[in-house]
Amino acid sequence: MAAVGGREEPAERPLVPRERPRSYYGLPIVRRPAWTWEVPLYFFTGGTAGALAAASILARWSGQHRMGRTARRMALAGALVSPALLISDLGRPARFLNMLRVVRPTSPMSLGSWTLAGFGSALGMAEAADLAGLPVAVIGTMEGAAGILGPILANYTAVLLGDTANPIWRGGRHLLPFVFSGSSLAAAGGALCLAGPEEGRPVSRRMVVVGTALEQAAFLAMESQLGPLAEPYRSGRGGSLARAHRLASWTSAVLVLAGRRSPFLLRLGGAISLGSSALLRQAVYRAGFQAADDPSYLVESQGS
Amino acid sequence: MGFFTDSSVCIGCKACEVACKEWNGVPDSKPAWSGNSYDNTLRLGANSWRHVAFVERVRQDDAAGVRWLMSSDVCKHCTRAACLEVCPTGAIFRSEFGTVVVQDDVCNGCGYCVVACPFGVIERREDDGRAFKCTLCYDRLKIGEQPACAKACPTASIQFGPLAELRETAHARLEQVRAQPGGEEAGLYGVDESDGVGGFGAFFLLLDRPEVYGLPPRPEYRRRDVVTMWGAASVAAWLLVGGLAGAIRWRR
Repeated sequence: MAAVGGREEPAERPLVPRERPRSYYGLPIVRRPAWTWEVPLYFFTGGTAGALAAASILARWSGQHRMGRTARRMALAGALVSPALLISDLGRPARFLNMLRVVRPTSPMSLGSWTLAGFGSALGMAEAADLAGLPVAVIGTMEGAAGILGPILANYTAVLLGDTANPIWRGGRHLLPFVFSGSSLAAAGGALCLAGPEEGRPVSRRMVVVGTALEQAAFLAMESQLGPLAEPYRSGRGGSLARAHRLASWTSAVLVLAGRRSPFLLRLGGAISLGSSALLRQAVYRAGFQAADDPSYLVESQGS
Repeated sequence: MGFFTDSSVCIGCKACEVACKEWNGVPDSKPAWSGNSYDNTLRLGANSWRHVAFVERVRQDDAAGVRWLMSSDVCKHCTRAACLEVCPTGAIFRSEFGTVVVQDDVCNGCGYCVVACPFGVIERREDDGRAFKCTLCYDRLKIGEQPACAKACPTASIQFGPLAELRETAHARLEQVRAQPGGEEAGLYGVDESDGVGGFGAFFLLLDRPEVYGLPPRPEYRRRDVVTMWGAASVAAWLLVGGLAGAIRWRR
């Protein structure tokens, strides 16, 4: 064959591949998310708010009222931002109330929407009761309701991701809730280190350390359970985000421990802990794109 | 009611793709050359409810024989449909014909069905915001007509009818195809009610493995999975509370 454009044609190359293809022209089988940046950010704001609400009621029970109130107000801020993020992600934002049209137990998003609605209402009422100067028992009841819903809010988003056809989310579905729980706890501690009352500092510090330990241990366990499927957590954008998250996570734990003497280091550690938790959600979200785009993950995971 | 797509007689004419778009008023897509054989549709999506796959392959044992596989893909209308189960608004429902249909006046475009579908069928339409997929011509079924794609198919590769009858047809056809040269690897895809999604409302006779056509080898959606996940999440939630209690109590 004559060389075209100065390039030699490879000799005897078959026009069509001889091997059995493992995919259809390498095209994805399952779809990558249609969600926008608001969704992983919500995983962070909702998760942090959830853990803060639980911290609020526990702090109140242990007599640390100032810390309880600060945590509750931070949680309220998260509970206000979260629905806004979710509504703005919808393809038809004006129809956001359809989320509360039915209760569907098989849909983690349905249960999550109801949880978030109840959580925000409870926190809003607690705040109103507090401002109106109502008795502590009334405020505490509302805080208690938010405190019960909070830990669910902190990790139901892991169930939401696990209940999809995406191989990396589905493969890690039983351990991802632990990762999100730990990260939410650490981030709540981080928020309190950053802007909480002085009396709550030792508690906030321990929240960061305990949360980080849980998050990191669960992430390692999840990676080892995923085996070769964990590759999107090690390479590409998902890998970079996962590495950045791991670094930020450990750094925040070290800094808040060093913050025992230096309030500056404590605040810095708190801020990094918040960022680390947001990075974690980004890493998990982005790894899902990689796992969806390459059909071999799915074909391998389905044992063919 | 459902589809049996017999890919062994598909001639790749794409009449099903055209008929579907015409009848359902599905928006056109930008024409572009993919380079993937005669396939420029590439995959199912919000604006492609039928998709004809073209696979060119040289058989390992016979260098001279090129196999040209064609198959018209469609929403599977799963017996256990992940899209329907995860839909938070109830926009996706099971019709009286056993098919899975999206109500476009309810869908708010949350996008959960998009990641839940084991086949990557349903998609959010960019300029519209809502999710769309094959309705199995719900409007035509209501007036006793067959779906547009099945009606347009010139070789009866796409057959429409009651699932029990179609299953019998499929099994009988598989025996015929397997006895012919080139049909050794043929198999039925989605006909078995004990598979991961409880059987498809649209199943296939394929001449090669599912992944060769861009289909998942073992699609799966089980309700009990979501129960175990919530179980794990509950334990993880208690662990969070435990961690918190520990952090707070240490102080005393």
